[in-house]
Formats: sequence, structure tokens, C-alpha cells
Amino acid sequence: MTNHWLRCMHGILIRETLRFFQQRERFLAALVRPLVWLIVFAAGFRTALGLSIIDPYTTYIPYEVYIVPGLAAMVILFNGMQSSLSLVYDREMGSMRMLLTTPLPRWYLIFCRLLAGSFVSILQVYAFLLIALAFGIDLPPSGLIAVLPALLLGGLMLGSLGLVLAAAIKQLENFAGIMNFVIFPMFFLSSALYPLWKMQETSETLYWICQINPFTHVVEFIRFSLYWQPAPAHLGWSLLAFVLFAGAALWIYSPARGLRGGGGGPPGR
Amino acid sequence: MSPILSIAGVSHHYGAKQALNDVSFDVEKGSFALLLGPNGAGKSTLYTLLTQLLPLQAGRIAIAGHDISTAPRAALAGLGIVFQAQTLDLDLSVEQNLRYFARLRGMSGKDASRRIDEQLERLSLNDRRGDRVRALNGGHRRRLEIARALLHQPQVLLLDEPTVGLDIPTRQRIVDDVHDLASDGQATVLWATHLIDEARAGDRIVLLHQGAVRTQGEARALLDEHDCDDLATLFNQLTERKPQAPLKGLTRQDAGGTA
Repeated sequence: MTNHWLRCMHGILIRETLRFFQQRERFLAALVRPLVWLIVFAAGFRTALGLSIIDPYTTYIPYEVYIVPGLAAMVILFNGMQSSLSLVYDREMGSMRMLLTTPLPRWYLIFCRLLAGSFVSILQVYAFLLIALAFGIDLPPSGLIAVLPALLLGGLMLGSLGLVLAAAIKQLENFAGIMNFVIFPMFFLSSALYPLWKMQETSETLYWICQINPFTHVVEFIRFSLYWQPAPAHLGWSLLAFVLFAGAALWIYSPARGLRGGGGGPPGR
Repeated sequence: MSPILSIAGVSHHYGAKQALNDVSFDVEKGSFALLLGPNGAGKSTLYTLLTQLLPLQAGRIAIAGHDISTAPRAALAGLGIVFQAQTLDLDLSVEQNLRYFARLRGMSGKDASRRIDEQLERLSLNDRRGDRVRALNGGHRRRLEIARALLHQPQVLLLDEPTVGLDIPTRQRIVDDVHDLASDGQATVLWATHLIDEARAGDRIVLLHQGAVRTQGEARALLDEHDCDDLATLFNQLTERKPQAPLKGLTRQDAGGTA
């Protein structure tokens, strides 16, 4: 890999990180959202929901310990969608044009953007996990290292999905609808808030929807990684979803399909 | 001498709408070429093809000898681009925007620092380097975009209606600055505009209307050739517009041609 490629990746990483820290409200929201779930929601539901011993846990755990991996994945999910919002913003503001006229392959530029988005997600997850530890949530500290590959894969997979969605969004105003139709179903139809056996007791159909939801596998991959447990099936499904979404994103943003994806129209539209 | 920018037989359509029809012209190294045309003439479409944001459907484009179909990255590497829409990151500072671009273009930190200092100095933006772009006025933002486009010392500088929305003195200053760049031999310029008063006597003009080149040549020679007293008349005549603007643009008298 030449210096140019590395410098380009470095530039995109720095740009996304600077933008994240300079948008203080975004940083604050990224931290407050999972903490509210952890402190308020979990406190309310810990008595309502009984948890049996399930892998990777070796003993009974409080509900707030159970939902930490789901909330870490939620941070990545929101950030992946936020990245796609930022992509729509860049497209409307024109900075996307500047990026795509960089004399490097389009697939590489898209990959750098994905990597930068994942990097920002990981920063947020670690900030959340450290605050959770400070609040006395019982997590294995060494799991914070083991979870890194799962966070990266989750970030890349959900960021790719965000890229695909961004191509479908013509204007920023349309973004809220996509959020409602993507974020909430993905989050609630997963194992983030409740183990799937509980869902199965309620509805077999919903259980299977949860099973094919790629977000479920990201949550479980994070959960198992936090406890240093191998999770080849969840790794495999997350990887497969990443390959599919990233493949779709690269196809949509290929030079042959123009700037917007889908062939483009007259400039300025 | 071979042209630094060569456009041959370029056509483009959006569905059934023909945006460009067999457009051909060359730009020689060190010259200032004005792509003049009313709104909807196809200027921005041509720029979008030059910058490879849309795929080329028909024809050939070569930049510094690199065909964009066969050597797209080498062709892009020779371009400095100022888009019609502003493309700066409003949340980053002037210097952060320039450093981001320098990294995208593969410049080393040392080279980037040197070129950033030079460009900010040249465009009188040195005292604003730490300011967020959001705090800059339209003229400063445009000058910053020009500084950014020149950072990697491109062989061709493309500007797409860079003065739209700016007041007359700011506009004038930017037009003069970029003409100076070409006359100092620092860049070859292709400047797209619908504003006829941005032309200078020595500019090469390519007049585009309804996606086709209506005429091209050096400004003063075109006035003589079409027997027009000023560029506004020539523009109106070739674009079938009724004379209305008080602006005459370049006159034959200014250009030193026959009265």
C-alpha cells in the first residue's frame, strides 16, 4: 500500500473524528442514550424480567449486565445510521464530491469512510463501557480488549447498511422515516433487550425474525467476546451480513453509477 | 504542442434529455479558457464528466495526456477542482479543511504545511487559518476553495461558476486572482460561467448553448469574426436571447480590435 493510500485513510479518519468531537451535542447524545437505557430502563425492568443462566454467562446476572452488550451494539447501530445521515449531508453539502474526486479507487474511498465511521463508533462504545464500569456494572475488564474485533465488525456491517440506506434517501428530510423503519425494528427484534428464548415463548414467528436479524448476531458476538467466549456462528453471520451490505454499497457507489448511486441526474439536483 | 485538456466528441444524456451534444475543444497549457453559457447550457454536466462523478457515455476526454477512460486516476490527479456548490467542511477550521484535502491527495505533512502557508498567504487568508469555515463569508469561502484546489499544484484548475452569489467587488477580486494564476504560469484554467463580464481580452472562449459548442476562439478574435461590438451582443446572438443586460462585457475597444 503506497503512502498516498495510507495518508488518505489517515485524513478521512481524522476528519470524521474531528467532526464528531466538534459536534458536542452528537457526542453527548451518543453517551446519554445508552446510559438512560442502562440506568433507567434496566432499573425498572430488572424485577419484571427473570433471566436464567444462558451462555456466555456462568451464573445468574442482573438485568443491567445482560443489556450492556445490546446497548454497546445500539451505540454502533445509531452511529452507523448517523454516518449515513452524515453521508446524505455531505452529498447535499457537496463534500462527497470532493472525496469522490480523490484519485484513488472508489471502493477504497468508501472503505475508508466506513472504517472512519466504525472508529468513531468504537470510541463511543468504550466511553459508554467505561461509564458503565464506573456505575458498578459487573463486566470483566479484560473483555474490553477482547470485544474490539466484534465492535469493529459490527461498525463496518452497520455502517455499510447505512451507506446503502443513504443512497435511497434523496433528501435529509426523509431520514427520520428511514430511522423509524430501520433502527427501531432492528433494535427491538434482536437479543439486545431480552434473550431470544423469551421471545420464542411469545411468538415463534418473531423469534425467527430475530434470528435472521443481523443485528442480533452483532449483539451476541459482542456479548460472547466480552467474556472471552468463542462465537463462530455469530461471527459468521455478522461477517456474511457485512459482505452483503458492503457489496451492495460498493455496487451502488461504483463510478459507473455516478455520484448518487442509481445513475445520477443533472448536477445540482 | 499538445493541449493539456482535450475534449473530443463528448455527448451526454439524462434519460431522454440530451445535455451535451458532440462537444469538442482543447485548452492549451498556461491559458485561461472561459466556458461561457447560459444556465442549463451543459457546463456543470461537462464538469461532472471531467471530474468523473458521472461516467462518460460518448467521446473522449484527456487531461495532461491521460485519457479518463483508460487512466482515470492519473487524469484526476492532474485536476484542481472548485465546484459550483461549496464543498468545504463547515465544522472544521480553514487549516483543518486544507490538511484534510492534502491528505486525500497523498501529500506529506511537510509538503502540506509548506503549500498551505503559501496558498493562505497568496490569497490573504493567513489570519483566518484557525477560524471555523462556518464563520467565513462567501468570498472567503470561495478563496479558500481556490487555495485548496491549488494545494497539490494541479496541471488544470477547473472552476464551475465560482463567483455565483458573491458581491461585485469580491467577484472581481476572484476573477483577477485566477487570471493572475494563469498569466503567472501557475495553472491552466477552465472557468465556467454565465457572467460575460468575467472575460478578459486574451481569454479563450468556448460558448456553450443547449449542450453544443456554438463558437470558440480568443475573445478579441471572436468579436471581430462575428462582427459584434461587445461580448454581450455576441452572447445574446449565439444563445438566441433578447438583449437585456446593461452589462456589455468585453468590448472591441477594450480588446484593441477594429472599431
